[in-house]
Amino acid sequence: MSQNNLCKRIIPCLDVANGRTVKGVNFQGLRDMGDPIELAKAYENQGADEIVFLDITASHEKRSTMLLWVERVARNLSIPFTVGGGVNTIDDVQALLQAGADKVSVNTQAVKNPELITDIKTKFGSQCCVVAIDAKRNSKGIALVLIKGGRENTGMVAFDWAKKCVELGAGEILLTSWDKDGTQSGFDLELVKEFASNLPVPVIASGGAKNSESFVDVFKEANADAALAATIFHDGSHTVGAIKNILNQEGVQVRIC
Amino acid sequence: MKIEVDLVNIDGGNKGSVLRLLDRLDVSVNEVDQNKMPDGNRPLILPGVGAFGAVMQSIEKGGLSSRIIELVKQGTPYLGICVGMQILFDQSEETPGVAGLKLVPGTVVKFTKGKVPQIGWNKLDNAKSNGYEPGYAYFVNSYYAVPQNENDTLYSAEYHERYCAAVQHDNITGFQFHPEKSGAFGQTLMQKWLSDVAK
Repeated sequence: MSQNNLCKRIIPCLDVANGRTVKGVNFQGLRDMGDPIELAKAYENQGADEIVFLDITASHEKRSTMLLWVERVARNLSIPFTVGGGVNTIDDVQALLQAGADKVSVNTQAVKNPELITDIKTKFGSQCCVVAIDAKRNSKGIALVLIKGGRENTGMVAFDWAKKCVELGAGEILLTSWDKDGTQSGFDLELVKEFASNLPVPVIASGGAKNSESFVDVFKEANADAALAATIFHDGSHTVGAIKNILNQEGVQVRIC
Repeated sequence: MKIEVDLVNIDGGNKGSVLRLLDRLDVSVNEVDQNKMPDGNRPLILPGVGAFGAVMQSIEKGGLSSRIIELVKQGTPYLGICVGMQILFDQSEETPGVAGLKLVPGTVVKFTKGKVPQIGWNKLDNAKSNGYEPGYAYFVNSYYAVPQNENDTLYSAEYHERYCAAVQHDNITGFQFHPEKSGAFGQTLMQKWLSDVAK
């Protein structure tokens, strides 16, 4: 096999509501974790390769507050960042990219209106089009697509949907395992491997990160291109830098700052 | 004294992140296009996102590309980023039949292996030093330049094959990666280029 020296990426994920970073269990009892820009900057300094922000604001004023903090993020970060959460139209995408986001992530709306993916690709290029897929296994172990923050099961096979997304123009797939999310029991290696080994675009693994071993496994065994985590970084139990040092020792190509 | 640069405006190009980096570095930016031609008193930066043909078409309007060629041949420093580097060459597989600026001999070809575009951080190895340090930079590209003269390559990197990640030829510099998205290291590279051309 030919040599691919591209670094495996570590991506902290921040949930944002009303311009503040929040943390909660199933969106209940949200706790204020501080200014998203300060947190993101701290992760950049730790060696994060990219940041993902998900806006979970429920209010109608969402869009204007969202663009304000995205602009602030763009002024302060010098690494790429992705914004998702309620991106519904090509105008939403344009506004976010103009505010300085490098990539936009779409989820529920892409399922409802797959043309949105093609529109993003045609207008702005597939490199800025991330499709987020929330996957949950059924009783037979087949991963199906959830939408609306996990409240609705579409019955679609997640891998088939991912292939379709790539055909439509997705540049990257953000794959979250709902069986693993929040469990801190490691990534769903089998699921990630199926996606990462068979799709022609990068796959970001999400859901279940516990410690540096989880990252070693998801890169070495499941062939992920990037791995995303929230809790283990926010609670201070792990730094991006410490995880990267271990990955480096394990022979995984990472960017050491 | 505050460093000043001329930033070439391209239709549809995303110059925002380059502007923000220059702002963080306290550089004063003068935007130029076919209506406001560069006069050669400041170094030129051409940030490029988009297709080779589209970028060439955009700067050919009103004779802007001829002016750029003239100034660069007279010694005005030029920094091209991403497609802004690729258009320095003769032509590209991306848009056959469209001529580049032909300021550095060579062509631009497409990656033939692996996931294309290459998106992510890759390691820059020095082909020559010129005072530039090795490090990790952020790339988003499907095409890369193949300089005719090996000695023009500043950095090389590996993506299933060894490729040219930056060129430097007299007053001309090209970065295939995005310094504006490459963290502290990217900022250092930009500062290095600015301090060299401000001399």
